[in-house]
Amino acid sequence: MDGVLRCEGLTKSFGDLVAVDGVSFHVDQGETYGLLGPNGAGKTTTISMIAGLLTADAGSVIVAGNRVTTRSVAAKAAIGLVPQDLAIYPDLTARENIRFFGKLYRLGSTELVTRTDEVLEIIGLSDRADDRVESYSGGMKRRLNIGIGLLHEPTLLILDEPTVGVDPQSRNAILENVEQLGKRGMAVIYTTHYMEEAERLCDRVGIIDGGRLVAEGTRRELVALVGSNDRIRVRASGNLDAAVERIGRVGSVQQAARTPDGIEVVVEDAGDVIAEILEAAAEAGVAVATVDIDQPDLEDVFLHLTGKALRD
Amino acid sequence: MRDALLIAGKDLRRRLRDRSAYIVGIIAPLGLAAIFSFVFNPISDSSFTGTFGVVNNDGGQVAAMFVDQVLGGLADSQKGVTIVSVESEADARARVEAGGDPASNATNGLSAAFVIPTGFSNAVQAGQGTTLAVIGSPVNSTSAAIATAVAEGFADEVSAVNLEVRTYAASGGVVGPSTITDAAAYPSPIAVGDLSAETRRLDDTTTMTVGMAIMFLFFVAQEGVLGLLEERRDGTLARLLAAPISKASILGGKALAAYVLGIASMTVLAVASTLLLHAHWGNPVGVAILILAATFAAVGIMAVVSGFAKTDEQANTYTAIVAIALAIFGGSFFPVSQAGSAVQFLSKFTPHAWFIRGLGDLASGEIAAVVPSALVLVAIGVASSALAVVVVRKVVDR
Repeated sequence: MDGVLRCEGLTKSFGDLVAVDGVSFHVDQGETYGLLGPNGAGKTTTISMIAGLLTADAGSVIVAGNRVTTRSVAAKAAIGLVPQDLAIYPDLTARENIRFFGKLYRLGSTELVTRTDEVLEIIGLSDRADDRVESYSGGMKRRLNIGIGLLHEPTLLILDEPTVGVDPQSRNAILENVEQLGKRGMAVIYTTHYMEEAERLCDRVGIIDGGRLVAEGTRRELVALVGSNDRIRVRASGNLDAAVERIGRVGSVQQAARTPDGIEVVVEDAGDVIAEILEAAAEAGVAVATVDIDQPDLEDVFLHLTGKALRD
Repeated sequence: MRDALLIAGKDLRRRLRDRSAYIVGIIAPLGLAAIFSFVFNPISDSSFTGTFGVVNNDGGQVAAMFVDQVLGGLADSQKGVTIVSVESEADARARVEAGGDPASNATNGLSAAFVIPTGFSNAVQAGQGTTLAVIGSPVNSTSAAIATAVAEGFADEVSAVNLEVRTYAASGGVVGPSTITDAAAYPSPIAVGDLSAETRRLDDTTTMTVGMAIMFLFFVAQEGVLGLLEERRDGTLARLLAAPISKASILGGKALAAYVLGIASMTVLAVASTLLLHAHWGNPVGVAILILAATFAAVGIMAVVSGFAKTDEQANTYTAIVAIALAIFGGSFFPVSQAGSAVQFLSKFTPHAWFIRGLGDLASGEIAAVVPSALVLVAIGVASSALAVVVVRKVVDR
């Protein structure tokens, strides 16, 4: 994969506060990279330096082969920014907002018309395109906020907590849009403090806390850092001892034991063996009532790495 | 430049759409100018009207001279002034009281009255003391002041004639009844003309209009520059800074929008006040030069002031204080020439004073007369704009 973004040793201080401390990571084409961390962790400062809004005290940012500074026009042209706060003009229409920013990104007149219609379609605002934004719902404004970032088809799209304060329906629409962008080959940085969003959208996740990138990798790689296994709890009746004995012989099962109302099984990855376990239970003549799977998630990883919960 | 034009175009569209530009830039200054002109300008030019009564208990030659030549001349020169004969002092007093009482329905009320006592002419011709009385109403103080001034002027003339006659007699001349008449008829050798008032003064309506226009120009300029702080408040500044454009384009676009708004506001005001209030701004070319220069100065000053603010609300307060203070010291509310020397000195540092002075100079008819004032305004604009670039950049970088 081609590297779209490469950050090396990014550092930024505000007075005595070190907001970002030596952060390094890269994002490849078609990859969605999540920056996961609590409020105040340094996510927005990091992406502000990547987007050329802030000058780093140390370190460098390269986007599409161009070094990013606050004055780098070529690098900025390759970046689409969706700020955390709404960044749209409420007294203009959605079409006027999109066209204004499209002109700033040097879209030609024909391309501007085409892309404006495409973006309005993507964000589901075609039928309200000529209404003033001040008449929109919060979710519609959020979608327009994202649409403006997509307009010039950037090589790197930066989404800074785009679902904060959004109703569940609009949130789901936004997440679906972001999933589509990754599939279309766009490199995406997605900052969030919602663990479930990072797990759903991101190919790789960087966990940031106190301005430092404390770990990064795929979800499985990060969970492996915790060293926890999945637990499968089967509520069942019948010959449970026989079932425990048979399940224990399934390849990747690490442990199987009786519980008062069934069986508990410890495995490395529940998804890989759940079918075999249920088959073994059936062969032992056990009637299964319910199955629950407990998997360690990024919340557990964050707790393990930082000693505090993600939403503290 | 293209990016600055894009940003200016967007800002202008927003300003015109929220209608605040119309109110601040046109309706408020035009309305205030009309109100001030109506309230403070009742005696200007030929708009004064009044009826003066005269009680002539004398009937002599000097009394006739006062009634016919002095009062008759006043009626001839002021179209709204009427002189009427009144039978008695008591009647005159009653009619003056009625004329000064707004609740009175009397149709024969007087603005003021003169009472010429019996023996007035003989006393004057004999060089003896006598009294030309004026009856005025405290409610109608302007008319009373005019009547007193007319009477005093006549008394001064009589004194001068007396001096001439005494001098003539002392030199051995024979003084007879015709001597005094001849002396009075002889024109004064010195005529005093108010050159400054005739050639370099704006009329009162124009003064009020121009004063309000230049004051509100600063509020219009403020509207444009405040846009930068609004962009920051609304989060759109981050998006502009993330776009592939220079910071200079953003600042230039904001300044350009303020400049266009200011010029448009002043131009509409000049045309509207000419048509609606009969203001006389002067030669359009000279007016245009002064408007361009004054707007440049206003945008620069307002940019500096708003640059010291951290929020748009704070900037609103700062710029309003500065705009009103400059208007007061610059002569938007009253002629600086009537203020103390300290205010007159301070006025030299305000664009308002130079703008008003430029239009006053333009009243002479020469376009070139605006050049000194325009140059000072441009200098203020250059200095403030240079400072604004430094100060406002910090707003962007904050």
